[in-house]
Amino acid sequence: MFGEYSLGDLSSIFVMQGFAGLILFSVYVLMALGLAIIFGQMGVINMAHGEFMILGAYVTYLCSTFFQNHLPALFPIYFFLAMILAFMASGALGMLVEWALIRHLYKRPLDTLLATWGLSLMLQQAYRSIFGAREVGVELPSWLIGSVQVTDSIEIPINGLFVMAVTVLITVGVAVLIFRSRFGQQVRAVMANRPMAGAVGIDSEKVDRYTFGLGCGIAGVAGSAFTMIGSTGPTSGQLYIVDTFLIVVFGGAASLLGTIASAFSISQTQSTLEFFLSGSMAKVLTLLAVVGILMLRPQGLFTLKVRR
Amino acid sequence: MTNPIQSLTKSVTVNDNPFMKPIEWLSLALLVVVILVVLPATLDAFRLNLVGKYLTYAFVALGLVICWGYAGILSLGQGCFFGLGGYCMAMYLKLEASSIENTKIQSTPGIPDFMDWNQITSLPWFWKPFQSLPLTLILVIAVPVLFAFVISFAMFKRRVGGTYFAIITQAIAAILTILIVGQQGYTGGINGITDLRTLHGWDIRTDSAHNILYFVNGGLLIGCILIAQFVKKSKLGRILVAMRDKEDRVRFSGYSVAGFKVFAFCLAAAFAAIGGAMFTLQVGFMSPSFVGIVPSIDMVIYAAVGGRMSLFGAIWGTLLVNWAKTSFSESFPDLWLFGLGALFILVVLAFPNGLAGIWREHLEPRLTRRVKALRAPAPAIIPQSAPAE
Repeated sequence: MFGEYSLGDLSSIFVMQGFAGLILFSVYVLMALGLAIIFGQMGVINMAHGEFMILGAYVTYLCSTFFQNHLPALFPIYFFLAMILAFMASGALGMLVEWALIRHLYKRPLDTLLATWGLSLMLQQAYRSIFGAREVGVELPSWLIGSVQVTDSIEIPINGLFVMAVTVLITVGVAVLIFRSRFGQQVRAVMANRPMAGAVGIDSEKVDRYTFGLGCGIAGVAGSAFTMIGSTGPTSGQLYIVDTFLIVVFGGAASLLGTIASAFSISQTQSTLEFFLSGSMAKVLTLLAVVGILMLRPQGLFTLKVRR
Repeated sequence: MTNPIQSLTKSVTVNDNPFMKPIEWLSLALLVVVILVVLPATLDAFRLNLVGKYLTYAFVALGLVICWGYAGILSLGQGCFFGLGGYCMAMYLKLEASSIENTKIQSTPGIPDFMDWNQITSLPWFWKPFQSLPLTLILVIAVPVLFAFVISFAMFKRRVGGTYFAIITQAIAAILTILIVGQQGYTGGINGITDLRTLHGWDIRTDSAHNILYFVNGGLLIGCILIAQFVKKSKLGRILVAMRDKEDRVRFSGYSVAGFKVFAFCLAAAFAAIGGAMFTLQVGFMSPSFVGIVPSIDMVIYAAVGGRMSLFGAIWGTLLVNWAKTSFSESFPDLWLFGLGALFILVVLAFPNGLAGIWREHLEPRLTRRVKALRAPAPAIIPQSAPAE
C-alpha cells in the first residue's frame, strides 16, 4: 500500500495527515475534557454532551451573523467574544440541567444515561425548530482564511492552527483550575472521597453543580471551535458522542492526562489510516482497536488511584 | 420514596411456587387475546402489519427485561443483534430474489443487484451459507448469539460492568453501522437489503402472507415470553437478581458470575435476533438504520416504559411507545422528539419501574382489597396488617 509513493511524498503525506489529525485531536480534546470532568468527577454519563457542544456552535453562529450585520468593524475579533458567550450559555444550561435532573440520579448512573439521552433528543428537536434542519456555517474573518506554506509540498491552514492554539490554552486553563486553584482542590476532594469532603466543610452539592457547569461550558467552547472547521446541524453532536465516550474511557475515566493521550492516539490513527483506506474503514479499524484494547485493559491507559 | 427495586426483589425471591401466579396467567391470557384475536379482528391489513412490526421490537424489549431488569446489564447495542438476525434473514431472501433468470440483465447474473453495481463478480464466502433455508434459520440465531458471546465473555471475565459495558456496547453498535454502510458491495450500504420477494417460493408481499406472518410472529413472541418466564422462575433467575443486587456476595458464594451474565446477555441477543428476522419477513427489507445507537437506545426505552422488571410490561410498553410515535409523528412530526425525550426523563425520574410498577404499586393492591372485600362481606375479620402483595 506504500508502493506507489516516493519517500518524500510519504513524509509529506504523514505531515499533512498528521496535521489533519491534530485538528481532529483538538476537537476531541475539547469535547473529551468536559466529559472527563463530568464522568470522572461524578460518574455521570452525559449523553447530551454533544448537544451542549452544538449549543456553543449555534451561539457562535448567532454572534457571527450579529457582528456581520450590526458591528462590522469588530467582526475580525468577534470570535473571542463568541467563545466566552458559548462557554457561558452551555455552562448555564449545564447547571440548570444538573439542578433539575442530574442531582436526583447520582445513585443510578445507568438511569442518568437514559435521562440525558432524553434531554439530548429534546435539545436536538429544539435546535431543529429554532435554527432549521439545514446545517449552518459561520463566516470566518479574513485573517483566519488561507494557509501557511511550510515547504513546497506542505501547507497548513490558519484556522486549524487557531483551533489548536485555543485547545492548548483551554487545556492549560483547565489543568491550572483543577490542580492549582481552591475550586479544583475541592473538586478533587469530592472526587476522592465525598463524605470526607463534606465532613471538612466542602459543599459537595455546590461543587457538583459548578463542576457539571464547567464540563458543559468547555463543551460549548468545543462547539465554538468546531464551527471554524465544519458546519453545524441539529444532529452534529450525536456524531461525536460515541467517539468522545470511547476517548474518555480509553484514557482512564478520571485522568485528564489519559484523556489527552487517548484523544491524541485515536485521532492520529484515524487520520493516518484515512489516507490509505476509505474514511469509514479507517474509523471502523480505529474504534475496533480501541474496543479491543479496552477488553484487555478495562481500566484504560492511565489510572488514578482513588479509594472507592 | 422507598426503593421500588427492593420491594420487587422481595416478591421475586420469596417466590417458590408454581411456574406462574394466577395474576400472571391472567396477564398472559390478556396478551394472547389482544395480540391474536382483538387486533387482527379490528385492524385493517396495513395497521396489522404495522403492529406486527412493533411486536418484533417487543422481542428486544423482552430480552432487555432479562438482561437489564433481572441481570442488571444495560446493553445499548441490542440493535446489533436485531440487525444481525434481520440481515441473516434478508441475505437468504435476497439470494432467492436474485435468481439467474431474475437478474439476467446484470453483468454477473445470480448475485444480488447491489453487488453487481459495485463491480463484485462472484458471491462472497459469507453469503454462501444463506443459499439454504435450514442453515439460514440456524444462523439467524447462531450468528448474533456467537457475537454476543464473544463480546460479553471478554468483558465479563474481566469484570467490566455497569456504565463501561453500556458505553462499549454502544461503540460496537456504532462500529457495526459504519461497517455496514461502508461496505456497500457486500451489505447493500445505507439502503440496506431491499426488494425481498419470496421465502422458499412463498410470496411474502401479499396481504395474506402478511397475515400469516403476523400470527407466526405473535406465536413466537408468546413462546419467548414463556422461555423468559421459565428463566425468571428458575434458580438461574434468582441468581441473576442476586448478582444484580450484590455481585460480590454471589461471587463469594462460589458462583461464576461471568457465566451467568454471559448467559443473560446471549439470551437477550437471541430474542433480539428472532425479532430482527421477523422484522425482515414482515417489512420486506433490512437496513443499517435498525442497527445503530439510536434504535438501540429506543429499544431500551420500550422496556423502561413497560417496566424493566416485567415481561408483560415490556410488550405493552413497546406497543404503547410505538403507537404514540406513529400517531404523534402523523399529526405533529415536530413534537414527537420532544415527547420521546420527555418520556425518557419522566420514566427515569418518576416511574423507574414503568407501567408494571404503576400497576403493582397502585392498582394491584387496590384491586386485591376490592376482591377480598367482595369475598368476605364482614371486613372486620380481615386483619389490618394483611400482606399487601
